[in-house]
Amino acid sequence: MTASTLPEPIARAAASTGIKYGFRRPGSSPAGKTRRSNREGFKINWWLTALMVVASLTVLLPLYFTVAMALKSPDQIGTGTGLEWPNPMNWENFVAAYVATNFPRAFMSTAFVTVFSVLGSLACSSLVAYAIARNWNRKFFRGSFVYLLSAMFIPFPVIILPLIKQTALLGLDNPAGVVFLHVLGGISFNTLLYIAFVRSIPVELEESARMDGATTWQVFRKIIFPLLAPMNATVGIFAFLGSWNDFLLPQMMIADPALQTLPVVQMLFQGEFNTNYSLAFASYLMAMAPTLVVYILAQRWVLSGVMRGAVK
Amino acid sequence: MTTTSRVAQTARPAGRKRPTSAPASPQRFRSKHKIDPAYYWMVVPVLALFAFFITLPALVGVFFSLTNYAGYGDWKFIGLSNYVNIFKDPAILQSYIFTFVFALTTTVVVNVVALAIALGLNAKIKWRTGMRTVFFIPMVLSALIVSFVFNYLFSNTLPVLAEQFGFTPLATSILANENLAWLAIVIVTVWQAAPGATIIYLAGLQSVPSEVYEAADLDGAGSFRQFHSLTLPLIMGYLVINVILGFKGFLGTYEIIVGLTGGGPGMATQSVAMRIFSGFTGGDYSYQMANAVIYFLITLLISVIQLRLIQRRGVSL
Repeated sequence: MTASTLPEPIARAAASTGIKYGFRRPGSSPAGKTRRSNREGFKINWWLTALMVVASLTVLLPLYFTVAMALKSPDQIGTGTGLEWPNPMNWENFVAAYVATNFPRAFMSTAFVTVFSVLGSLACSSLVAYAIARNWNRKFFRGSFVYLLSAMFIPFPVIILPLIKQTALLGLDNPAGVVFLHVLGGISFNTLLYIAFVRSIPVELEESARMDGATTWQVFRKIIFPLLAPMNATVGIFAFLGSWNDFLLPQMMIADPALQTLPVVQMLFQGEFNTNYSLAFASYLMAMAPTLVVYILAQRWVLSGVMRGAVK
Repeated sequence: MTTTSRVAQTARPAGRKRPTSAPASPQRFRSKHKIDPAYYWMVVPVLALFAFFITLPALVGVFFSLTNYAGYGDWKFIGLSNYVNIFKDPAILQSYIFTFVFALTTTVVVNVVALAIALGLNAKIKWRTGMRTVFFIPMVLSALIVSFVFNYLFSNTLPVLAEQFGFTPLATSILANENLAWLAIVIVTVWQAAPGATIIYLAGLQSVPSEVYEAADLDGAGSFRQFHSLTLPLIMGYLVINVILGFKGFLGTYEIIVGLTGGGPGMATQSVAMRIFSGFTGGDYSYQMANAVIYFLITLLISVIQLRLIQRRGVSL
């Protein structure tokens, strides 16, 4: 642990000698090279860049493979490694997969679960966090916080069997039941994220609104919730990804196969024999596309949101 | 909707009274005087649902672990015999060994890979934004579907390639090999989980001020020495978080196994979670509930040990 004491003296020494940004080790970069990479503001490490490009193939190759497979005819799949690009391309696979999985119905079911899980998570967690953070000196609210957090120690497999029996008894063996559990299952973590954020909002902001006769609910809705926007994004992203991609809960809870969500529907192609792989991969691609498209369109926003969750 | 409107009505008088009766110190007012009931309405319904859907099933599960309930029909108390039998069950023992070996290996590999990617993304490379986009893609994809894709790669593409290059050990699918199937699960789990850990490391690396490196540069420290003596100690807290979150998550692994091996070949890759879930259809409901309770106690023990370690190291989360 001697190393951890290192930075400060070194940093101070550097500061006292007046060295600031843009320092380069003498002689390490010829003038010509520096000028060429000026746009980036630093000297580019091309070896590392090449290494990272190769490493990124581990991500891109399976995706390319999925697309290539989705465009093949069964005959084209029978030969080779599966990595060859199909010629001619078989776009009918998507139509066939669309029909075979009843895509619109599965999509709507997944969208229902996801939308309400996101809305529920945002509303419940922020309300609970607000009430707890603003009444921290009261035993009841501190106790509620500890109670919610302690649930983070209970692994999901432990409650799943009785839970499914219970939801079935209540008639919640459908997407609505899954929404309930997505919201409640995430509430511990989300509340934790929100509480730190609510604490950073000065109470004075609320007090002036109360002077004007605003109720606690109005204060929350008009002042607190809008101020929570960055955390809402973080919680929303986690809830969206968790819900859309969840397999365990829908698979175990939803009794009616017609109401199953997209990930579970993909089990259809897992028969031991006569699997139509071109159909299966077209279907996989269609199930993955929504999150992929949303991510690529909003990636800066998504990454900063997830990063915020990571730092907390 | 009826509850909220009722709450709004009861809450309003309290809100109006507040300004007129507020004493000099607002802090004292809040702790000594009547609290706005609206705050209770914000917490209590959620707590009630939480208790009903999360805590109650846990208690019910513990209760049934002491019976011989098969999931249907009659049952009676049988004391701790389920627990005794579990300790004598080689299949259960095997699933615990698999789960722990898998979780440990995956935690190590995920953290090494994630740290390497984070260092790469944080370094002076070209196309940084684009690379970041690519490396985080696995995070947004369904683990189950990803495993289906890899299932084909492992069982068809890889053997064909291995045969073309004359590399016989891989000429048969590793998913069908009792000793190697778990490695396939590790690979896919790493593929899926590394981006999440990378983000945490990236946040850690960006919290290190660049002056520190410039100073080390000035002192002539090479890049390996810089990583070992500066970067690693400075992001230790992030490493601890990743190890704890990762290990706990990998213990409960399920979807990726379903997508790759389904627990096979034989029972070689059956995780504890899969065993427990099998109690739902397998007629050994109470037996698997006892298994679940033991699993809970073990994870609780691990969490406590981890928290102790964190406190001793003085790592601030």
